[in-house]
Amino acid sequence: MKKYNALSGRRHLDQEVLTVGSVNISIRDAVKKYGENVVIPDLNLEIKEGEFFTLLGPSGCGKTTLLRMIAGFNSIEGGDFYFNEKRINDLDPAKRNIGMVFQNYAIFPHLTVRANVEFGLKNKKFPKDKIRAQAEKFMKLMQIDQFADRMPERLSGGQQQRVALARALCIEPDVLLMDEPLSNLDAKLRVEMRTVIKNIQHSVGITCVYVTHDQEEAMAVSDRIAVMNAGVIQHVGEPKNIYQRPANLFVSTFIGRSNVIKGRLVAEDGRTFIETAGGYRAEFLNIREEHRKTQDVLLSVRPEEFLLDRKAREGISAKVDDSVFLGLNTHYFVHLASGEEVEIIQESSIDKIIEPGTEIKLTLNTEKVNVFTADGSENILTGVRNDCAR
Amino acid sequence: MTKKRLDGWFAVEIFMLLAFIAVLIYPLFGIIKQAVIMPDGSFTFDQFTKFFSNSYHFDTLKNSFRITIFVTVLTLVIGIPFAYFYAFYRLRGAKLLFVVSILCCMSAPFLGAYSWVMLLGRAGVITKFMKSAFGIITPTIYGFGGIALTQTLKFFPLVFIYMNGAFKNIDNTLMEASANMGCVGVKRLFKVVLHLSMPTILASALMVFMQAFADFGTPTVLGEGFKTFPVLLYNEYLGENGSNYNFAAALAVIAVLVTAVVFFFQKWATNRFRFSMNALHPVEKKEAKGLFGLLIHLYCYILCGIAILPQLYIIYLSFRNCKGAVFSDGYSLVNYQQAFKKKLVMASRNTVIMGAVALITIVIVAVIIAYLVVRRSSPMSHTLDTIAMLPYIMPGAVIGIALLIAYGSKPFALTGTMTIMILSFIIRRMPYTIRSATATLMQIPLSIEEASISLGASKLKTFAQITVPMMSSGILSGAILSWVSIVTELSSSVILYSNKTATLTMQAYIYIGRGEYGTAAAFAAILTVITAISLFIYMAVSKSEDVRL
Repeated sequence: MKKYNALSGRRHLDQEVLTVGSVNISIRDAVKKYGENVVIPDLNLEIKEGEFFTLLGPSGCGKTTLLRMIAGFNSIEGGDFYFNEKRINDLDPAKRNIGMVFQNYAIFPHLTVRANVEFGLKNKKFPKDKIRAQAEKFMKLMQIDQFADRMPERLSGGQQQRVALARALCIEPDVLLMDEPLSNLDAKLRVEMRTVIKNIQHSVGITCVYVTHDQEEAMAVSDRIAVMNAGVIQHVGEPKNIYQRPANLFVSTFIGRSNVIKGRLVAEDGRTFIETAGGYRAEFLNIREEHRKTQDVLLSVRPEEFLLDRKAREGISAKVDDSVFLGLNTHYFVHLASGEEVEIIQESSIDKIIEPGTEIKLTLNTEKVNVFTADGSENILTGVRNDCAR
Repeated sequence: MTKKRLDGWFAVEIFMLLAFIAVLIYPLFGIIKQAVIMPDGSFTFDQFTKFFSNSYHFDTLKNSFRITIFVTVLTLVIGIPFAYFYAFYRLRGAKLLFVVSILCCMSAPFLGAYSWVMLLGRAGVITKFMKSAFGIITPTIYGFGGIALTQTLKFFPLVFIYMNGAFKNIDNTLMEASANMGCVGVKRLFKVVLHLSMPTILASALMVFMQAFADFGTPTVLGEGFKTFPVLLYNEYLGENGSNYNFAAALAVIAVLVTAVVFFFQKWATNRFRFSMNALHPVEKKEAKGLFGLLIHLYCYILCGIAILPQLYIIYLSFRNCKGAVFSDGYSLVNYQQAFKKKLVMASRNTVIMGAVALITIVIVAVIIAYLVVRRSSPMSHTLDTIAMLPYIMPGAVIGIALLIAYGSKPFALTGTMTIMILSFIIRRMPYTIRSATATLMQIPLSIEEASISLGASKLKTFAQITVPMMSSGILSGAILSWVSIVTELSSSVILYSNKTATLTMQAYIYIGRGEYGTAAAFAAILTVITAISLFIYMAVSKSEDVRL
């Protein structure tokens, strides 16, 4: 559907021509301080042209700070920010040609929807006779054209969000920045709007940096995700890779649910086994070469990666404490022989739910389980793709 | 981004600082200097010793404290129940009660006093009626009692307006939680409602104290033998028995110190009750039924009725025939004709011109200061903010004297000009407008301005097209209240006015002083109508009851 015009660096859609420029963003050795307090110590990031890129992390991890540094609302204490080859550190925010969507939408309450959307065009020296048509086009695209002459207070949260998007996009920015744009919406609207956002981004083809703390939302919209913690990027990669092969223990526990249990890697005759408390031992074929030596490790096992066979004799001994039936799945809360408590998800079967107090044996899906060094700092399996590792 | 500090706003900050130094700091130092440096150039604290050692002088301060504390307590006792009934019960004609009480507290300070003299004075209507009909001798309106009555009725609406705002901020779930734990009725009123409102109670008490302490009009009209501090200050400065500028300056310094101490005491007390509330579910008003309902209606209506009585009576008097100080039977427009002959047109013009110029300046300064404080917080902007709050602790008479000392003689010689009157209006009203502008701006999320900037608007354009329009409703409602208080300003104009710059308020005051009560009533009536119209506009504009005085 899309044609890529290498000369102009712009994408065109066959059905409707939406000419929006797009850039790649390079961030090198970025530093952010508030007084003596270092929020971002040293950050490097490459965001590709036309990509939907998400900054994901717990609150206070510096993701919004980084976004606002790109936007120009936060000062930059060190490092360089580039849009393509152009250094933007000292460029006025008004001149960065950025479209921004704020958490509270930041719709001007004293202007109509149309005046809101046209506001940027009027400032950007857009040809006067084309302003109205341009605004109209984006209001149509966001399906808010029927509210054009309303005041924002008479719009719902979802509609205000659409106004904010139309306003940000119609100035044909090089980059679209979104700061938790869905967090003020209710759950159902949030799911609906994230599809809208993703579709718009794909049809416009604009580089997009998106901030959220909601990992499911991040997975749903992103081409690539950067997981941040304490001002440091932990893992940059595609959603599937981040979920299945997290770069370290933090990423593994932050994305999705993970049970962390202690284990020991044993190297014998060129083969590698993992042993856990309770006498369980399984061969792991995907340990990276440099880590194939006997050492303590941490296993990160997602609830669905435990295999619970009621008749099994072999495996980690455990005892069921409680269970929750959720229809499609049944969750079991068990404690292992070592005392570690874990959660297991099983597809609900027609059999009876296992009673609390029942002794069971657990085995691991060795293909999926992740293995980390004892300090949790590194995943020692093959298949980890972390674009931020240097 | 270090360049940020050196843009146009920095120049604005410097300009503001210089302006503040010129109109606030410099005059204030002028007063202090005059208080301790005698005409012959010697340095002495004699003027202060004179005040504290002479009981005639010192008693005025004691009198002021007695009356002000009495009035403050009484306004709380009367105003809090009124606000409680208003906020928690569905009263009939609630809007009317609200309008009446605002009208009372926004009226010119001495008009109430003058009207009470007409009603309860030696030849007052009620006095005469009581005497002839029942042989009862009503207590005198002059002295402590009369001042207390007039000031209480003028200032209780302040408490009402503040407390109504506080009560509306109490979340209904807090009331329900309290009931759930067995605390209802009067017990809940004291343990929960009033405790939660404590910061506001203190704030309104401070407001009443400051205004009552600085009130010059009421005690002048009603004081007779009972002299208060502002009256002494005025007499020493412009008195008929010869004036002593150095002593007056010393009195002014004492006045500022007293209000400053009260101000900081209130701040300290408020800090002990600091918490913020914002009601998601405001308390729903209950139906006022049965005997209790009747009683609270009676309470509210009688209170507002008494409070508005003086103003209605003045309007009534303005249409009565009158010769000199004596009202005679029959109605006519003779008082208005007299007023016309006596510079009514000029006074109206003065009022409008000076009021408008002062108001525009105040609004511009307030918006700029608010922007600097909220959006560009820096030591400089906070210094500006602090200086701008100084007039809050300066009674009107002190501001008048300070301006005269600073700009009364060459090279400025502004005495008797409109400029010095306008300056005093600006200074007196500025702190309140800055507060309301700051509060308004704090409500506007920063991201709105960032959105504008990211859409390519310059900072200046963002300020003009986004920030100011969004502040406009808050600014406008604040401006109307400022307008009303400028129009009814007395205590500094009485020191600064000249024949050519007298306002309507001043004219009314002058004719009361001359005993030409009919003409005074005409001026007062016009003033009352202007005040009322302004307040109705305010209500229409602000759409809410959150009056920010």
